Amino acid sequence: MSQFLYLYRMTDASRQAAMGSPEQAQQSMQRWMTWMRELDTKGHLKDRGQPLERTGKVVRGQQKSVTDGPYLEAKDLVGGFTLVEARDIDQAVELSRGCPILDGGGSVEVRPVMKMDM
Amino acid sequence: MELSEHFFRRESGRLVAALTRIFGVHNLTLAEDVVQDAFCRALEVWKVRGVPDNPAAWLMAAARHRALDVVRRERTAQKFAPELARVLESEWTLAPTVDEAFAQPAIRDEQLRMMFSCCHPRLPEDVQLALVLNILCGFGAGEIASAFLIGRAAVEKRLSRGKTTLAGAKRLFDLEDAEFEARLSTVLRALYLLFNEGYHGGAADTAVHTDLCGEAMHLTRLLLEAPPAAVPETYALAALMSLHAARLPARLDPDGNLNPLVDQDRSRWDARLVEQGLGYLEHSASGPVVTAYHIEAAIAAAHATAPSLEETDWDSVVELYDRLMSLAASPVVALNRAIAIGQRDGPSSGLDALGSMADRDRLRRYPFYPAAMGELEWRRGNRAAARAHFAAAAALARNPVERRFLVKRAAECGGVVDATPRMENGW
Repeated sequence: MSQFLYLYRMTDASRQAAMGSPEQAQQSMQRWMTWMRELDTKGHLKDRGQPLERTGKVVRGQQKSVTDGPYLEAKDLVGGFTLVEARDIDQAVELSRGCPILDGGGSVEVRPVMKMDM
Repeated sequence: MELSEHFFRRESGRLVAALTRIFGVHNLTLAEDVVQDAFCRALEVWKVRGVPDNPAAWLMAAARHRALDVVRRERTAQKFAPELARVLESEWTLAPTVDEAFAQPAIRDEQLRMMFSCCHPRLPEDVQLALVLNILCGFGAGEIASAFLIGRAAVEKRLSRGKTTLAGAKRLFDLEDAEFEARLSTVLRALYLLFNEGYHGGAADTAVHTDLCGEAMHLTRLLLEAPPAAVPETYALAALMSLHAARLPARLDPDGNLNPLVDQDRSRWDARLVEQGLGYLEHSASGPVVTAYHIEAAIAAAHATAPSLEETDWDSVVELYDRLMSLAASPVVALNRAIAIGQRDGPSSGLDALGSMADRDRLRRYPFYPAAMGELEWRRGNRAAARAHFAAAAALARNPVERRFLVKRAAECGGVVDATPRMENGW
């Protein structure tokens, strides 16, 4: 089994759309919980991960300049991550298809964790 | 941890009320934004980490935190609730004041004040209902639109008109106000309309219909928890809602087809709601005033306690409809009265009563007027006439469930003989 990181990416518009009304928020939540539970019961959930704040700082270059963002120029930003275990990238991709973020216009970036045991 | 049904919707109403207490009603939009923000945070965190043990407390903490932020950041530039102006200025009193606004009794009072403000007599009833559903029940504009079978733009117009009026007031309605009694009856009327929309409206028997009934009952219970609002009239309204709602589980068969009262399996009526309704009805009998709610509740009680259609006390039911006509005459009441007469005195008398209704023209588009004619003709054995009435009713059907039922009844008129009496009030 290999490990893969799911990076959840959303635009502000898609985040608002997912929220919608309180009832829609609850339904969205329900779909996430169902998806997570399924990953968990099939033994793919390595670490649920954490949600990330939308704000932050970027430190850049030799000058070590600090800016807010970089969220102004980013079309979609990472809102959280989860660590999963899967046979290979194909299976990891297959599993991500159930992620409710896709319904709201967001995306899941699937990145293999580099194997250190060589 | 699973969320209870409509958790976010309920919490939305409570949190907006608490925040309005702090920010003032003129900052209603700000209160709504803060709630929206708290929901977004909850969604982000819970979807990954799972729902916490006490989700309501979690949400409240998030809203409280944001509220403190907003007040600290903007108290020099912004005016918040005028009666709290002084205590919000000082760090010593800010946090305790915000905590107090989020305490249980304060939230309930604030929800009541909000309810009374939404039902301002200057606002048309459709605006009142839209406001109540949006602010107190957490319905989005789209959800209100589908509940009332109207366009989203029309709902947004109602909401913006209503909110402008609300925000223009200095403060929310004061529960000690001299106008309390008069305003209470506007509130009861709005809740009654909300319940009826769910029970009889065009979207009845769709997914939203029980929702509207549920919200109306929830808000009525809120009134009963507050002594000044827990008057006999409120108990009567609560009774009629519970007794009607008790029949909801039997109104659709397992295939989603409409079941009129005659065909309903009475064992599927919700016994707990019947009992609750009868309890409320008893409480409602303590004052000198008999309102239309009292009489409608008594009619519903007559049905709820009858072991079968035949054993219903039709004498009393007709008599109650007579009283209702003298108190609050309407074409729908007259229709139901005629149906009850048809049960008591036979189908020909029922048809006479239907034919002599004063303002039956106003029911031109209401499918259950021709449907009632059809049922009575059917009972008289006049199949051809019954079939024509059912076909006319089917053409007026407001949703697929009604249409299926009426088309089926029309088809039955051509088929085998079925002498079952099929009449009822209120479908």
